[in-house]
Amino acid sequence: MDTVIGVQYEGGVILAADQSNARSILTYQSNLDKITKLSPSSALAVSGPNSDLVNFSEYISKNISLYQLSNDGLQLSTHAQANYCRGELATALRKGPYQVNCLLGGYDAPSGKGKGSLYWMDNYAALSKVNYGCQGYASNFCLSIMDRDWTEGLDQDQAVAIVDKCIRELEVRFVMSQPNFIVKVVDKDGVRTLKFGADPADN
Amino acid sequence: MARRYDSSTTTFSPEGRLHQVEYAIEAINNAGTCVGILAKDGIVMASEKRVTSGLLAPSKAGSTSFLIHGSESRTSSEKTYKLCQHAACNVAGLTADANILIDQARLKAGRYEYQYCEEIPIEQLVEHVCNYKQAYTQYGGLRPFGVAFLFAGYDQHNGFQLYQSDPSGNYSGWKATVIGANNQAGKSLLKNEYGSSSAEEKEGEMKVEGVAEEIAMPDINEALRLAVKVLNKTMDATATSPEKMELFCMTLKDGACVHKIMSKEETQKVIDEVEAESSAAGDS
Repeated sequence: MDTVIGVQYEGGVILAADQSNARSILTYQSNLDKITKLSPSSALAVSGPNSDLVNFSEYISKNISLYQLSNDGLQLSTHAQANYCRGELATALRKGPYQVNCLLGGYDAPSGKGKGSLYWMDNYAALSKVNYGCQGYASNFCLSIMDRDWTEGLDQDQAVAIVDKCIRELEVRFVMSQPNFIVKVVDKDGVRTLKFGADPADN
Repeated sequence: MARRYDSSTTTFSPEGRLHQVEYAIEAINNAGTCVGILAKDGIVMASEKRVTSGLLAPSKAGSTSFLIHGSESRTSSEKTYKLCQHAACNVAGLTADANILIDQARLKAGRYEYQYCEEIPIEQLVEHVCNYKQAYTQYGGLRPFGVAFLFAGYDQHNGFQLYQSDPSGNYSGWKATVIGANNQAGKSLLKNEYGSSSAEEKEGEMKVEGVAEEIAMPDINEALRLAVKVLNKTMDATATSPEKMELFCMTLKDGACVHKIMSKEETQKVIDEVEAESSAAGDS
């Protein structure tokens, strides 16, 4: 069961996800990167079966790239990207649903909103803009931590500290072992990896 | 000689031309003039109304027509159409053809908003309509649309924008332009007078390539006066009156676009201001 965590702060969003790819009693991989860059300043963290996770992430990310190519480099705002993403989930819902739960985090330059925004989306195509969120069993452990610690106007270090606290709590209290987490930041300088448990590039 | 290659849209002539498309463009030169002018704080679109009859029925309440500013009456327009909250267009040419394209534009704008929960960037809307027009110059053996548009819109990426499109499906963005009857005369007036402040009386000849940055955008009121001035020139010397012209302007209020067709009184006021200006300058 995947863990996905997101925290919005003044100036961007932190996204974190566990790195394990497993089914039943077998771990296929422990360095999977479940956070896909969508545009120069947005990323999608996805949880679910590996097939849908990869298929959905790539589908959305390529369509967003297509938009940029077709429209002279124009970038969709985070709000627009999130609604587009939700629309795709909604259309597939009554055909062959994507069994994915996502957190979409993005940064809009000042002419748009000048801050980070985080959107929570589930496999039934519900969409909600949130200050912080989790997908999976992690919610049971982490939401209360974020409820208590999150405030308006955090800086990047404070936001990462909250994410770290959540991860540590899972290590102690969550029955499943998730040894590796990958943490990314989305801000005015783009999408970049802050840290990971295992390098996704190692094959 | 060209006759042999005229009839079918989907055939090039030996000179590499599409005659049907060119004839469609010609058809628009007989239509009522439309002027579009980009201002600092909005866009003005002024048009010559050809269909003026006291017998014309006012449209029923509840139709998608414009509220005449300051009055309760609603009236429809043969020239100006609202495409969505932040875009409108002016039509020159076959109104029936225009209706089809306007439906397409409204549909596209609506679908974009449905998908992204955001307003469509104006250029994408214009390009969609133009791609639709282009299909009629290439497939199906159907004639092209005999319509030219002026699109006026606002989006957060590029602010206020003015676009012109023609039956070929080509479009371009303008600071000021004219379509319809006598558009060349209108365009030359704009070339000289757009961007020159009437207080400073800069000469048109001074605007050379390289000092394009010197062009100061007019504000909405200056743009309105300039638009009326252009219509005065293009409308065969007949006395201009509010019944014969339609002034539309789009501005921003509290972050939302306001579409306004000026009332008879307001139009008369602008006409009077232009009169006063020209007699003050000593024009004959």
